[in-house]
Amino acid sequence: MEAQENVYLKKAADLTYDCVRCGYCLPSCPTYLTMKTETQTPRGRINLVRMAAEGHITVNELSVPIDLCLGCRACEHVCPSNIQYGKMLELVKGSIRYHKKQTSSPLRRFCEGFVFKHVFPSKSIMNKLGSFLWVYQKSGVKKVVHMKPLRYLLPKKLELFDKGLTEAKPPFRKNDGRRYPSISERPALKVAFFTGCVMEAVFYRINLLSIRLLQKVGCEVVVVNDQTCCGALQLHAGEEELAKEMAKRNIEVFEKEEFDYIVNSAGGCGAMLKEYDGLFEGDPEWLERARHFKQKVADISVILNKLGLKLERVLSYRVTYQPSCHMTNVQKVTKEPEALIQSIEGIEFIRLNKPNLCCGSGGIYNLIHFEESMNILNAKMSDIKDTKANVIVTTNPGCLLQMKVGIAKENLHDHIKAVHLVELLAEACEVTENRWI
Amino acid sequence: MPLQPDIVDQIVRIIGEERRVLIKKTDLLSYGYDASFGFFVPDLVCQVKCVEEVSEIIKLANREKIPITPRGNASGLSGGALPIEGGIVIDVSLWNDVLEIHRDDMIAVVSPGVITADIDRAAQKVGLMYPPDPSSSNVSTIAGNIAENSGGPRGLKYGVTKDYVLGLQVVTPEGHIIRTGGRTIKNVTGYDLTKLIVGSEGTLGIITEAILRLIPRPQATISLMAVFDDIVQAGYAITNVLTSGILPSKIEFMDQASIWAVESYRPMGLPINAEAVLFIELDGHPLAIRDEADYVYKLMQKTGALRVQKAETSDQEEKMWKARKLVSPAVARHKPTKISEDATVPRSQIPSFLKRLREIKDKFDIELVVFGHAGDGNLHPNILCDQRNKEEMKKVEKAVAAIFEAALDLGGTLSGEHGIGLMKKSFMPMEFDQFSLEMMKRIKQAWDPNNIMNPGKIFPKPGDRLVLR
Ligand SMILES: Cc1cc2nc3c(=O)[nH]c(=O)nc-3n(C[C@H](O)[C@H](O)[C@H](O)COP(=O)(O)OP(=O)(O)OC[C@H]3O[C@@H](n4cnc5c(N)ncnc54)[C@H](O)[C@@H]3O)c2cc1C
Ligand code: SF4
Ligand code: SF4
Repeated sequence: MEAQENVYLKKAADLTYDCVRCGYCLPSCPTYLTMKTETQTPRGRINLVRMAAEGHITVNELSVPIDLCLGCRACEHVCPSNIQYGKMLELVKGSIRYHKKQTSSPLRRFCEGFVFKHVFPSKSIMNKLGSFLWVYQKSGVKKVVHMKPLRYLLPKKLELFDKGLTEAKPPFRKNDGRRYPSISERPALKVAFFTGCVMEAVFYRINLLSIRLLQKVGCEVVVVNDQTCCGALQLHAGEEELAKEMAKRNIEVFEKEEFDYIVNSAGGCGAMLKEYDGLFEGDPEWLERARHFKQKVADISVILNKLGLKLERVLSYRVTYQPSCHMTNVQKVTKEPEALIQSIEGIEFIRLNKPNLCCGSGGIYNLIHFEESMNILNAKMSDIKDTKANVIVTTNPGCLLQMKVGIAKENLHDHIKAVHLVELLAEACEVTENRWI
Repeated sequence: MPLQPDIVDQIVRIIGEERRVLIKKTDLLSYGYDASFGFFVPDLVCQVKCVEEVSEIIKLANREKIPITPRGNASGLSGGALPIEGGIVIDVSLWNDVLEIHRDDMIAVVSPGVITADIDRAAQKVGLMYPPDPSSSNVSTIAGNIAENSGGPRGLKYGVTKDYVLGLQVVTPEGHIIRTGGRTIKNVTGYDLTKLIVGSEGTLGIITEAILRLIPRPQATISLMAVFDDIVQAGYAITNVLTSGILPSKIEFMDQASIWAVESYRPMGLPINAEAVLFIELDGHPLAIRDEADYVYKLMQKTGALRVQKAETSDQEEKMWKARKLVSPAVARHKPTKISEDATVPRSQIPSFLKRLREIKDKFDIELVVFGHAGDGNLHPNILCDQRNKEEMKKVEKAVAAIFEAALDLGGTLSGEHGIGLMKKSFMPMEFDQFSLEMMKRIKQAWDPNNIMNPGKIFPKPGDRLVLR
């Protein structure tokens, strides 16, 4: 174990040499803006990784600033020196994970292992969770958050997240394995739909709307059987091996049939899928399969933009767009969502002052580092309020939830609503989840 | 030597906010570097936000003889913000509350931690301009710029930071709060202490406020690109433009190695068989610069340019400058360590300097790329190497010395804008004789009798030499 911890750390330290310490990344780092010390900057973290590798600080000391990093990778996007911050962060997290496995209590280890190994990847648990949330929402039963697997994750201030949760999945409905025909005269593409674990459980409706929109632009859509979650939550927690297992499973099940694209509507998942090859360095067979897989991965906005969505309704909203960090910094998809929003008649689009600043959601960061996340969210909300928009569009479930939390927190529900891009588009072309089943 | 606990207590009391006094190990290690080489850990970091705090802390440090190192955003390339003798780092980067533009007086009043580019952005809103534009302007602080007397591409036409500082508030190394200069363009009252502080690299006091001159913003720009198959010829082209009666706002230069790096990184359609490319920007009244652009176009052709191209649309203009901006990331991909020198020569010597650089590259067998603000003689020879390769770094140290020698031979200087700091102090005796250096030291001694303010910078100690390993 000890050795593995150092192997990861050393690999991470090798990547730090790309940093020339110019500081160009400082203004783009959300934790620098809110925590205000060099320690909480990309440059500071990169330096401390090297310090740990050289033995000046312990892995425990290193874990504090690393845990506070959102992993938004805005730093990577602006770095003139091509720093591979995301890769370095994964390796460091791997090292910290090994270290903590040795030192943390068996109970904690068990809980964490359980959540990452069994909760997120398990369709049945996530389905139950989704159904539970649905019942909870429909019936108004409180205290859903005391559900066992969630109790570990949701230590405080649950009401806010509670308010953020929207339409969870109705019980007893199975999406896996379903095929949805194209409903356009000109069938264009055959695509596989990647559902994602959180997305499918919490924002099931958005997944359905996505499929409807894809059908409408001429796609035959297949929800491939036996797919699992993308593995991002696991990887970002330092569980590289688990992430690999998930990647392999997804690659396998999506290989079973030929598709033009593998489409998803979660910016974070899409980014992970597109980086599957990074997991298999030194494993030529899987590397090849991962490359083949990732080439087909596309965000829904790219496909809709490419095939041209026919819009029917005028929507007189004032809209702003909060891009998902991983959509911008990893998938590098920035133009398509904005183009789609702007193509809707009647919409007035106002760009945020700092669109590329993370909203503070960061996977499950907002659950683990609630205070820090809320400080970052405050900065985002003040930017949003300046636009005077009444609709915030997002492209990722985590961001959507966080925006809803922001609206709840500032008591703005009467003025602003947060929606997924797909919801806005569906409204503009009068698509609902129930048509054409 | 770590600070005594009672000193730390006193500092916390002065600052009043514990979170702005950093003493944890991970924090201290995070203030041990800047964009140069070298790593030195302070004993305490103090994030100041008002002049009284600074004054009290300096008084305490002066009494106790604790070294002080002022710090902006640590983007400095000469090691100015490194606490080489430990002690207290005074971080001014959070102190950015004042950014006033006084349109009628055409001045800006700013706190030390204000980001350079924000000043120009604020000026732009009322049709004014703050011209100094170091490439690092989105991250550097105005205090850092003033302390280093930073310049940028626009320096060719508009000068550098020192040409825009009208007045300062400074806390002296004994803790006194003083004012220099004022709000007027003309001012000959007493010694010009403003100019003394500008470029003093944090060795004479802490800058706590600045009054800056603004100018009317030019209405329009036109950009041209000229391609040469001979680098020295490109040097002559620069000289020809500058003696033609036209003063472009920028002339930037890229050599073949930079062109190749950019093209293999992100193809921008630069001619890869060319030895050098010049980017020229003219600014002013739209009609005037159209004429000037035609003139420069013909001049470039006459001086042997293979190809000259004028950006017809703002898109084309943007793309042209993007190619120039991509040099840094493109060359960084090549090798991890980039030693960025800024030795500068008189304009007429640009061709000779380029020749000498080519010889140095061959002699020491190093990877050298040259790009930068050619118009003002401030070429940036960059050596690409790998810090981890000790043998290579030995060669690099020698090459750096040779570059300085060449610049001085040609009547130039060690540093055009990055400052001496730690990195170049051992070369000071190459540029100055004993008495010239001695007069500088006496000024330092008069201002800072206990030598607490950024000690160990600028002036070499016997035996100092450049070490990059
Ligand atoms: C990629 C890159 C590009 C660059 N391009 C340019 C360029 O085009 N032109 C150019 O001139 N420079 C350039 N630089 C160098 C650097 O950005 C400038 O020197 C800048 O002025 C430093 O500002 P800073 O806030 O980072 O200061 P720091 O690096 O923190 O400090 C610089 C010096 O200022 C002193 N100092 C800081 N604050 C105070 C204060 N309040 N009072 C007194 N002294 C103080 C410090 O002690 C130190 O000596 C570049 C650097 C990088 C990394
Ligand atoms: S921008 Fe890149 S090279 Fe510069 S400090 Fe940040 S990570 Fe390092
Ligand atoms: S990933 Fe985001 S939070 Fe982390 S260092 Fe980079 S910019 Fe900052």
